[in-house]
Amino acid sequence: MIKAVMVMNTQGKSRLAKFYEYLSVEKQQELIRGVFSVLCSRAENVSNFIDAESIFGQDSRLVYKHFATLYFVFVFDSSENELAVLDLIQVFVETLDKCFQNVCELDIVFNYSKIHTILDEMVFGGQVVETSSSEIMKAVEEISKCFLSPFLLSCVKMHVDDVRFSTFALFLI
Amino acid sequence: MDAKSYAICFKPSSSALKRSNTTRNWYRVAKLEQLKTIGRELTKGSQGGFYQSKEFLDLVKSIGEARSKAEEDRIVLSEIETLKRRISEPDIPKRKMKEYIIRLVYVEMLGHDASFGYIHAVKMIHDDSLLVKRTGYLAVTLFLNEDHDLIILIVNTIQKDLKSDNYLVVCAALNAVCKLINEETIPAVLPQIVELLAHPKEAVRKKAIMALHRFYQKSPSSVSHLVSNFRKRLCDNDPGVMGATLCPLFDLITNDVNSYKDLVISFVSILKQVAERRLPKAYDYHQMPAPFIQIKLLKILALLGSSDKQASENMYTVVGDIFRKCDSSSNIGNAVLYECICCVSSIYPNPKLLESAADAISRFLKSDSHNLKYMGIDALGRLIKISPEIAEQHQLAVIDCLEDPDDTLKRKTFELLYKMTKSTNVEVIVDRMIDYMNSINDNHYKTEIASRCVELAEQFAPSNQWFIQTMNKVFEHAGDLVNIKVAHNLMRLIAEGFGEDDDTADSQLRSSAVESYLHILGEPKLPSVFLQVICWVLGEYGTADGKYSASYITGKLCDVAEAYSNDETVKAYAVTALMKIYAFEIAAGRKVDMLPECHSLMEEFLASHSTDLQQRAYELQAVIGLDAHAVESILPSDASCEDIEVDKALSFLNDYIQEAIEKGAQPYIPESERTGMLNISNFRNQDHHEASSHGLRFEAYELPKQTVQARIPPASLASTELVPVPEPMYPRESYQTTTVPSVSSDAASTELKLRLDGVQKRWGRQTHFPSTSTSNSTSLKTVNGITQVDGSNTANSRTRETYDSRKQVEISPEKQKLAASLFGGPSKTEKKSATGHKSSKPSSHMVKSHAPKSSMEVASEKTSVQQPPDLLDFGEPTVKSTAPSLDPFKDLEGLLEPTTQVSSAVNHSSTAAVTKSPDIMGLYTETTAGAHHKDSDILSGLSNPPMTNMVGGTTTMQVAQSSKGPNLKDSLEKDALVRQMGVTPSSQNPNLFKDILG
Repeated sequence: MIKAVMVMNTQGKSRLAKFYEYLSVEKQQELIRGVFSVLCSRAENVSNFIDAESIFGQDSRLVYKHFATLYFVFVFDSSENELAVLDLIQVFVETLDKCFQNVCELDIVFNYSKIHTILDEMVFGGQVVETSSSEIMKAVEEISKCFLSPFLLSCVKMHVDDVRFSTFALFLI
Repeated sequence: MDAKSYAICFKPSSSALKRSNTTRNWYRVAKLEQLKTIGRELTKGSQGGFYQSKEFLDLVKSIGEARSKAEEDRIVLSEIETLKRRISEPDIPKRKMKEYIIRLVYVEMLGHDASFGYIHAVKMIHDDSLLVKRTGYLAVTLFLNEDHDLIILIVNTIQKDLKSDNYLVVCAALNAVCKLINEETIPAVLPQIVELLAHPKEAVRKKAIMALHRFYQKSPSSVSHLVSNFRKRLCDNDPGVMGATLCPLFDLITNDVNSYKDLVISFVSILKQVAERRLPKAYDYHQMPAPFIQIKLLKILALLGSSDKQASENMYTVVGDIFRKCDSSSNIGNAVLYECICCVSSIYPNPKLLESAADAISRFLKSDSHNLKYMGIDALGRLIKISPEIAEQHQLAVIDCLEDPDDTLKRKTFELLYKMTKSTNVEVIVDRMIDYMNSINDNHYKTEIASRCVELAEQFAPSNQWFIQTMNKVFEHAGDLVNIKVAHNLMRLIAEGFGEDDDTADSQLRSSAVESYLHILGEPKLPSVFLQVICWVLGEYGTADGKYSASYITGKLCDVAEAYSNDETVKAYAVTALMKIYAFEIAAGRKVDMLPECHSLMEEFLASHSTDLQQRAYELQAVIGLDAHAVESILPSDASCEDIEVDKALSFLNDYIQEAIEKGAQPYIPESERTGMLNISNFRNQDHHEASSHGLRFEAYELPKQTVQARIPPASLASTELVPVPEPMYPRESYQTTTVPSVSSDAASTELKLRLDGVQKRWGRQTHFPSTSTSNSTSLKTVNGITQVDGSNTANSRTRETYDSRKQVEISPEKQKLAASLFGGPSKTEKKSATGHKSSKPSSHMVKSHAPKSSMEVASEKTSVQQPPDLLDFGEPTVKSTAPSLDPFKDLEGLLEPTTQVSSAVNHSSTAAVTKSPDIMGLYTETTAGAHHKDSDILSGLSNPPMTNMVGGTTTMQVAQSSKGPNLKDSLEKDALVRQMGVTPSSQNPNLFKDILG
């Protein structure tokens, strides 16, 4: 089972934190700090796995991947396979990339709720449910479409006098 | 980025962006790239429905630009203030509200309390618009835990949403179900979830299965009657749903393998189809057909095949196929390969598969990628259990990993070494471990590695000297991290010797301990635990061999008490040690004169604030005043291991009591018989009843008019409502059971009961469930509960062990040859430990072959007792007696109770860190550990006649061994290491020696 998914930048600011078992806010922060302190002390060209028992307790492993300014971190137990989780991170990032064309840190910050939606399509209640980035994309787009209709209406109502909005709306369709 | 950048972002051309960048100096160059991207994204509208307002972006930006944590906190706190104000304003438009909630979530992710907004998030999920609802669900799943007070407000909405026509609403609700439903509220949503298992949309089916799985994790009994649904879903048309079903099945099978043996064929055929690319192309990932499903299936097969030859035989072909087809150039291909290795090492061994597994491991280890090396080391650790000889080919790779700068890899390698340790390489490995332990700061891992060192040292120590030295090192460097039990074990070990009637060796051990401790005391800053051991040993044995005078030892003890004057425990140990030394002196008839520093110390302690210290000091004073005979009976020399009999019935007071009663005293009434207690327990009972009758009911009340109908309707009505479930009566049944006890309780609960009665009538359906079904399903529950408890670990791993053992029989001849040709002397040990391994697992046929031998062991054990007591003298090669040292207890156990032995063996192998389980055997497991320590040492020189029939060449081996010893100590060069660690074949579970050899 996956215990937590975190995204943090190289300065240790957390960009996304999702824990599949409830933890208090303080505990979450403590774990995030703990993970970051381990991550930032890792050299380049070492393995992507960390023994996380000292942070998360018995039977927990941590796999991380470093992309540009971000660390993607998955914490899980022995029922998952480390290499497979590494690929799961890959799938996650690929999906983000498809969503945001050339994803960067700011996309993740500004689209906070969308990232959560994507992650929810992949990992559900701590179990991996979908590993195909195109399927995830489809699901997320479906949700976006539902969001769109009321949103578009409001756009139209707003007397489309601004070029920005028309462009925006066009792309949305 | 500044506030304006958002607007700029909407301009499509990047030239505009650049222009603005040049004109406004406040763009930081570093952020340009990000800015471009976000600008592009915003123009393209990839925001979709997840549109955020400018304010939110501003917030994020200012936080992003904060230079310090304090600044960030300040920004967030002011944001919280704003939100608090705004969120409670009346008539906030939905979109605005949604955004506030997102901001709250964001604020909480940064570690600030947003609880003031929880209720607004809860309100949002009641909204009709999916957009708003989803945001609400997202927020509550992140904010609340399953026991939060607000959950009760959510359950109703979840129930409604689960029935929604829009599958996206259902998905959102399912997501919340996973996170927010606890044991108590499961019955409220369970019927809907079960219905959703047949939903036309596969995404919904998938999530419903996961939700059920989650329920199973939270409370297995609540869904135990629904387990068959998982089997059904395995045949789902959609491969995605099938794949999702594997998650709960994996858990179920982990807990109870035997009930799922019938699925082996299905799993194998699914895996075959997947591997043959029969699934739609969409499931391919990096040219691999559905690798994640393959991995899950292989994991399941590994569970099902372990200790089951028949099941395993079904798997050989498909696993072999996957080995061949796996693309080892991609990461995911290697993940599947690794899973294959795990599966092969778990199921009943097949030589061909083991060969492929070994090939794959060597590919992993030779790879440049640290990830693959890590997996290789891990896989090696699994495979050496069944084919120990493969370790040899990888010695160099293993040592490379040990010296790798990557900490993760290093630790994994230490784990492997720990598994391969045996008496010939224990020195090198433990030395390495201690070195590493000194180099790290991570206390958690330090503790773990220290306890491993201790465990290995206790099992394989080649000599007492080495053992004491090793323990000293461990205590010195990780003393405060080591479990206090380890210290107690050490003391007991020194006190009891190594479990034999070999006094010379024992006293040698003690005097070497005393010597080393006196030496170590010179060092500053020793850990408290270590000082306690030192004080105790000095007190008990400081003057025992007459080498040191009482005044010298007492002087040292006083120094300790003074130097560590803020550690009460150490001081207490020191005082007691002083008392012992003086007592031994008095008992020996010598005159005692206290050192002046000792006097002053005593004066200080007599007035100490600690009552414990005071008492010890007074006791010391009193003991010194007594005569030799009295002192000897109070503190006999070297009697720390003798049992003190305590007369718990206090029978020696009988006369006194009799006398008192005759004089008219009241006889004693035991606590339980006193009347006051009765009342209290009564109250407690009542409380309990009340609590149990306060069940929550989640079903909506029906309209009052329907009550009458509901009482009458035929059972078919109820059954149509809950279509797909064969056993749909779970929620009520729990109510019935809870209400029953309340009937018999007092007034308060009758009231409650009455009310519930009314409700029951109104809810109608419930009354129509036949009582038999209730009892049925409850019994089912308990059965499940039981199987879960015992099915999981013990039985499973026990049987697995027996498989290992059979395998051992098969491969041992070739392994012997190989080991002997490669490593000369030590190979004997390997072989022996291999056989030891084999016979230590008393699978049924093993026991048979074991019986006659162990009777021989008993016989030889008798002779060994009469041997001159120099068995322990390891340094000298004079030990040529073939009689192995044996622990009588263990032998008897082996003969009479094979099962207990198995379980203990299993214990050892499964939990490496636990040194000795504190069970009933606690007292003499110590003895056996000690005995074993000795055994394994002798073993390295001698073969055990009953077990191996390899009596010849004992002395020569001993010579080889002793000539090797100094070599190891002197040089830690790589090739020496290779020799040492590579020679490991069968030692993966060294504990098993103990079982045959004592």
